[in-house]
Amino acid sequence: MIDFFKKIFKPEGSSTTARERLRLVLLSDHLSLAPDVVESLKLDLIAVISKYVEVDEAACDVSFERQDSAIAMLANIPILAMKTRPPSPPPTPSAPPPAPEPPPSFGTPATAKVAEESPAADQPVPSKPPSAPRRKRRRRRAPVAPALGNAAPAPG
Amino acid sequence: MHDVQPEPIAAAVPKPRGRAIVITSGKGGVGKTTTTANIGAALARTGASVVLVDADVGLRNLDIVMGLEARVRHHVLDVLESRASLDDALVTDKRVSSLRLLAAAQTREKDDVDTQAMHELVNTLRERFDYVLIDCPAGIEMGFQNAIVGADEAIVVCTPEVSAVRDADRVVGLLGNREKIWLVVNRLRPALVRKGKMLSVEDVNAILRLPLLGVIADEPGVIVSTNKGEPLALDDANPTGAAYRAIAGRIAGTDTSAPVIPTEPSAMQRLGAFFGGSAR
Repeated sequence: MIDFFKKIFKPEGSSTTARERLRLVLLSDHLSLAPDVVESLKLDLIAVISKYVEVDEAACDVSFERQDSAIAMLANIPILAMKTRPPSPPPTPSAPPPAPEPPPSFGTPATAKVAEESPAADQPVPSKPPSAPRRKRRRRRAPVAPALGNAAPAPG
Repeated sequence: MHDVQPEPIAAAVPKPRGRAIVITSGKGGVGKTTTTANIGAALARTGASVVLVDADVGLRNLDIVMGLEARVRHHVLDVLESRASLDDALVTDKRVSSLRLLAAAQTREKDDVDTQAMHELVNTLRERFDYVLIDCPAGIEMGFQNAIVGADEAIVVCTPEVSAVRDADRVVGLLGNREKIWLVVNRLRPALVRKGKMLSVEDVNAILRLPLLGVIADEPGVIVSTNKGEPLALDDANPTGAAYRAIAGRIAGTDTSAPVIPTEPSAMQRLGAFFGGSAR
């Protein structure tokens, strides 16, 4: 109905449609031509979310979807568990944090190893994910700001 | 996937004296060949030595647009494959003596061209001519790669259409870091732009963001000149010819004025055209 009145009172030429269609198609083109940028965005996204929750990195997926008047970014990031607070050190499921270098020890290697293990035993046991983890699938939709410019060649 | 980056010119090799400029667009049918012919004719008219290279192997057209089709004896692949000397293959224009044409092969395919040999040919031509203008085929495949390999400047021809702008945007990305990439907006219809029914020059360049070399109106004179094989740039009375000459001036650096956006013909001009203008 609003569209109807818009058409009556403000007749727009088809060049407006052309501009809008071009804006969206070029945005989409540029995203598809820059897989390295999308990959880097995905990794950053995972890194931020991993500060708060444990995510299944292998199953993460970022894609883009054309909607009526915008390109939406769809991030599918399965959450395995909540992070225990305080969130340090960051235990990511795929890559546990490396143990700190043992200080130069005058004892035998065996002694050094014990010294290394004992503080770890004092730490609270992190809540383990259930055997069949309930995956929270969270869809984040964020309209991507229009980016104009020239399509770079796809690498490779 | 072919490497699209221009090959770096070794520091030891002296820079060739002429400029190699490729006229490209991505999309077909936007007026690359007509633009090449007219810019070449306009540059040559100022006294510069110009060679036009038709890189559209298999679909030779620059010769017919130039009106030189009857004079072509050898083509670019004859030269590349040593069946003819460069001098035998170069056709001298019948109007401007400093203008030459190197025609494309009509019966061969784009993949028959050796990219390295094409690069060397362009460098050879740059030793002999002030300007080497390369008419690029449509598309972004092998023919495109062969056409751009020797050029360190490019003119992107784009019409005010969504498909042409999209393809031009892609081509600009593929051209990579050239010394200069210019834009020519072709086939503008001022009346449609005013009514909001056609993308304006600003709309096109809001996306492509290239230095604007010139704007060519969609007018009957262009078609007539192609029919006759006489580049409009050589017609002193034609406003579109003047636009092409201004483009040539901007390329040469002798014209620093901003490009004129064509406007609708006045009532008087329309009346004149009705009673038999120059366009036949």
